[in-house]
Amino acid sequence: MINCLKQQRGDGSMKTVRTAFMKSLPVMAGYIILGIGFGLLAHRAGYGFLWVLAMSLFIYAGSMQYVGIGLLAGGASVLTVILTTVMVNARHLFYSISMLRHYGHAGRYKPYLIFSLTDETYSLLCDGKTPEGADPDRFRFLVSLFNQSYWVLGSVIGSLISGILPFSTAGIEFSMTALFIASLTEHWLTEKNHIPAVTGLLGTLLCLVVFGSGRFLIPAMLLITALLTLFRNRITVGKKVDP
Amino acid sequence: MSETAYSAVLIALMSVVTILLRSAPFLVFKNKAPAYVVYLGQMLPAAIIGMLVIYCLKDVSLLSPPFGAPELIAGLLVVGLHAWKRNILLSILAGTAAYMILTHLVF
Repeated sequence: MINCLKQQRGDGSMKTVRTAFMKSLPVMAGYIILGIGFGLLAHRAGYGFLWVLAMSLFIYAGSMQYVGIGLLAGGASVLTVILTTVMVNARHLFYSISMLRHYGHAGRYKPYLIFSLTDETYSLLCDGKTPEGADPDRFRFLVSLFNQSYWVLGSVIGSLISGILPFSTAGIEFSMTALFIASLTEHWLTEKNHIPAVTGLLGTLLCLVVFGSGRFLIPAMLLITALLTLFRNRITVGKKVDP
Repeated sequence: MSETAYSAVLIALMSVVTILLRSAPFLVFKNKAPAYVVYLGQMLPAAIIGMLVIYCLKDVSLLSPPFGAPELIAGLLVVGLHAWKRNILLSILAGTAAYMILTHLVF
C-alpha cells in the first residue's frame, strides 16, 4: 500500500519534471549560446573555468555577468561594482514585485525561486499559470532550475572550448556590445517614450567625455537617476490610471 | 589584497547585491512599492541599456585608425537586423561574427 502510494507520487513527480522541462525549452538555446559567449569572454579576460562556474552559479544574471567581467578585468572599485550591479539589475525588483503573490508562500522553494528570477525565467512564469495537477511551487522551481542549468552549462562549455577553438576569439567581446545594442533597439521599437534611452545614451556619453573612460560609470549612474527624477512630472509612463 | 581575493570579493558583492534586489520586495515592500521606486523601475532599464552601450564602446578610438569603423559597421548591422527580424540571438551572433571578420580580415 505504502509502496503503491510512493509509486503514484513518483509518477506525478516525473510528469511535473517533464512538463517543467518542456516549459523551459524556449530558453534553452538562448541561455546556452549566451552562456558560451560569456565563457569565451571571461576566458579572454583571464578568468577561467572556476571563475565562470562561480559567477554563473552565484550571480546568475546574464547582462551583469558580461559587465562584471569588464569590471573585474578593469580593476573597478568596490563602490563602482555595487552601484553598477544595483543599476543593471534594478529591473529585477519589479519582477519580484509582480511575483509576490505567486512566490510569497512557496515554502522551501521560495529562496531559490527568488534567487533565480532572471528576465527569461520571469517571462516564462509571469502569467502565473501552472499545469493542472502539478504542485505549482515545485513546477516553478523546476522551470527555474532547468533555466539556470542551461546558463551554467553554456558558460562552462564556453570556458572549456575557448582554448581549443581553431580560430582566435579576439573580438568576442563585441557579443556584449551586440547584446546591448540589440536590447536598446528592441526597447526603442516597443516603447513609445524614448526619453529614458536617450537620457542613458547622452548622459553617459557626457560623463565619458568629462570624466574619462576609467571613472565615468558612477557619475553616469548618478546623472541618469537625477535626470529621470527631474523628468518625473513631465513624462507619464505605463497605462492610464482611473482617477 | 591579492588579485584573486579581490576578484572573489567583487564577485561575492555582485552576487549579494543581485540577491538583495531580487528579494527586497519580499522582505520590504510586501505588496506595494513606493511610487517613485515603481517609476524608476519603469524608466531605468532603457536608460541603463543605453549607458551599457556607451560603456561597451568606451575604449573605441575615433582619432586613430580604424576610427571605430568595425564597431560602427557591426553596430549598424545589429540595429538593422534586429529591427528586421526582432531575434536577439540572431542579432548578437551576426553582429559578433561581422565584428570578428572585420577586425581579423579587413581592418
